[in-house]
Amino acid sequence: MSVGAVAIAPSRAVSPKQIGIAGIVLAAIAWVITIPPIESRGMVPTIVLAVLAVCAGAWAIAGGERKIGSEAIVVALFAVAGAAASVNSAVSTLESVFTWSALVAATLRYATPLLFAALGGVISESSGVINVGLEGMMLMGCFWGVYGADLLGSWVWGLVVAAVAGGLLALLHAIFSVHLRANQIVSGFGINFLALGITGYFLEYHYGPNGTPLNISMIPNVKIPGIQHIGFFGAAFGDANLMTWIGIALVPALTFFLFRTRGGLRLRSVGEKPRAADTVGVSVVRIRYTAVVASGVFAALGGAYLSVGFVGSFSNDMTNGRGFIALAAMIFGKWKPWGAFWAVLLFGFGNAMSDRVSSVNPTLGTLFEALPYVLTLVAVAGLVGRSRPPAADGIPYVRD
Amino acid sequence: MSLLEDELKAEAEESQGAAVTSPAALTAFRRGASGVMVPIVTTIIAFIAAGLIVLATGHNPLSTYQSIFNGTGLNWVFPWVTGGERATAAGNLQQTLLQATPLLLVGLAVAFAFRAGMFNIGGQGQYTVGLIAAVWIGSSFSGMPAVLHIVFAIVAAAAAGAVWAGIAGVLKAATGANEVISTIMLNWIAIWLGVYCFQLGGPLQNPHMSSTPVSSNVVAGAKLPVFWGSSTLQGLDIGIFIALALAVVFSVLINRTRLGYEARTVGFNPDAARYAGVNVGRTWVRVMLICGAFAGVAAALDILGWKFNVFTNDILTSQIGFYGIAVALLGRNTAGGTVAAALLFGALLTGTSDRNIHLSIDPTLVQYLTFMIEGIIILLVSTDVITLRLLKGGRQLRVALKRKPSEEAPKSDAGAS
Repeated sequence: MSVGAVAIAPSRAVSPKQIGIAGIVLAAIAWVITIPPIESRGMVPTIVLAVLAVCAGAWAIAGGERKIGSEAIVVALFAVAGAAASVNSAVSTLESVFTWSALVAATLRYATPLLFAALGGVISESSGVINVGLEGMMLMGCFWGVYGADLLGSWVWGLVVAAVAGGLLALLHAIFSVHLRANQIVSGFGINFLALGITGYFLEYHYGPNGTPLNISMIPNVKIPGIQHIGFFGAAFGDANLMTWIGIALVPALTFFLFRTRGGLRLRSVGEKPRAADTVGVSVVRIRYTAVVASGVFAALGGAYLSVGFVGSFSNDMTNGRGFIALAAMIFGKWKPWGAFWAVLLFGFGNAMSDRVSSVNPTLGTLFEALPYVLTLVAVAGLVGRSRPPAADGIPYVRD
Repeated sequence: MSLLEDELKAEAEESQGAAVTSPAALTAFRRGASGVMVPIVTTIIAFIAAGLIVLATGHNPLSTYQSIFNGTGLNWVFPWVTGGERATAAGNLQQTLLQATPLLLVGLAVAFAFRAGMFNIGGQGQYTVGLIAAVWIGSSFSGMPAVLHIVFAIVAAAAAGAVWAGIAGVLKAATGANEVISTIMLNWIAIWLGVYCFQLGGPLQNPHMSSTPVSSNVVAGAKLPVFWGSSTLQGLDIGIFIALALAVVFSVLINRTRLGYEARTVGFNPDAARYAGVNVGRTWVRVMLICGAFAGVAAALDILGWKFNVFTNDILTSQIGFYGIAVALLGRNTAGGTVAAALLFGALLTGTSDRNIHLSIDPTLVQYLTFMIEGIIILLVSTDVITLRLLKGGRQLRVALKRKPSEEAPKSDAGAS
């Protein structure tokens, strides 16, 4: 109608949030143009884009979107630092670090064990039980997977034995957190210590100082005939492990289960409002037990991939904190399967990058090991602040 | 009504009549009952359970435990242990106390956060940055007067730890970031930072040993004086007194100062504390700063007391952050409890270490047995129900017998139907 309405219209069409997201994207582009395949050798385009990103961030902050805005600014700063590093490196160095197909393949390799454990965490915490014991359950999968594959001669049995061992340890966690109403974070730490002790004890008891045998049956890689020899896709996806594909398939499957089926609805209702679920006849105790045991099975399968699918042997404490990273990925991913998926890819990418950088410059490679953790810290301060765990997460249910 | 409260009520009724069942009385009872007895009984149960595993795998648990006990050096207190055996025991006991010192401090770092309602999983990272600071200062400034140098290194390590923990506190206060996830991330950042510093070609790597990933050695003037045992064979240094003094500081801080009061208030209920005028965010930050300082001092005492240098492998394999959590939990987050728990865990670590070759069973097996014992202890600590049940089993039985059958009958009917 009036002139004023027309003047306001453009700013309504683009919300401060979208401006902030645009700022983040611009900042990312500012770095990406300095690495293969574009490899811009000057800082000018990067700086122009970064300044635009900072402006967008400032605009978003002025519009009330403080978190997204400040993220755009932080990402822009990282991008300038990253671009400076790329521009000052030789082209050959850049190309050996950023061999994208190899990076993607390595990212998937590193992300697979984390993905299984993180999905397990999603299941357990959706039902209202915090699972800090993921680390221990993974470790059980690592050892008993090798034990099963060695004793019964097949990686299939290795996976079965691993799943049973992880499930049993998870059952113990369930007894403590559901029936005995333990502090679940504390009991989760107990589970981790217990798993460290059990796996170490039985490694020594069964195999002694020589360690596990080297010729166990391993989980095979899947060679996809169609794309195996097609350049980038062949190198990136043509020879990935079976567990990687199963893990990726589980993400939409679990999303469908949680949000589109009756069982999933019940699981989430128990995690959000156990009293209401109980009132309409859903057994809180049974669902929580099932969910915790399932999370143990998932985590153990991730652990089994690590030992039976990747390394081929077991060494003490070989999960080395991956269960905690999976836990962080789950929180980072806002307690959702797809969120956890993107988060574990970030961690996997960080590991893959540091591998590649190490091959060129070992000193710098070590610092890159810390990169995914730094990024998570930044993201937790910004993004995840707004996300919310299931309402009854960590609270034991007491029936009147 | 939880199981636990049922039992506490039954207990209160038995001892003082039905009148005293107020929440305050229950709390008082709970503190009394769980203060000393629960951790002790918990520990005993854990030892029995782990003993069963030893038995099941074909070893003798009693002789295993006896050799662990002798390995800890605690047999030194017996006057009938003499001669060479006594000298060995003294050496082992010094080792136990050396191990207990950092455990106590990292335990305090976890416990202080717990009292303010926070879970400090970052002990590992705070200890690691403390290591970096302590070994850097301790191996530089070789001309400095000894006392000044030691104080400087300890303060630097405390400051490094405080900053590291403070990041998590500030993030929680400013953006609501969960301290569990941020301290886990900070642990890994600190670990890789440490590896970066001391690896081959790293900025703090020993320049005289270019092929070993190790820091420079702490100069003679910055080493803590040894007061028991040989100063060349890892005798006991005065670090343990510093740690014990800090346990007293912890106790005073939490019970007798305004910050401690505010921290406990926030721990009970942040919303209520905010309503009562406590600046909750500022309390979180201050508490984390103090936690980090405790963990940083732990690292300084290790470095200046007996380690004198840091290998990258030490940083990658250290488990002290998790031990600290176990120590704080078993010690019920009190100063005295943490001292006792640190002593227990220090003894377990020493008693099961590879050094004790006289063990009747493979020392590696025993080391993992320790992890199992610790796991069971933490599991039992996570819930009071089991241990309280056991403690009160006898008394409850008597109460049940005293009740009239008519009171008991409908209850058991309800249970059966």
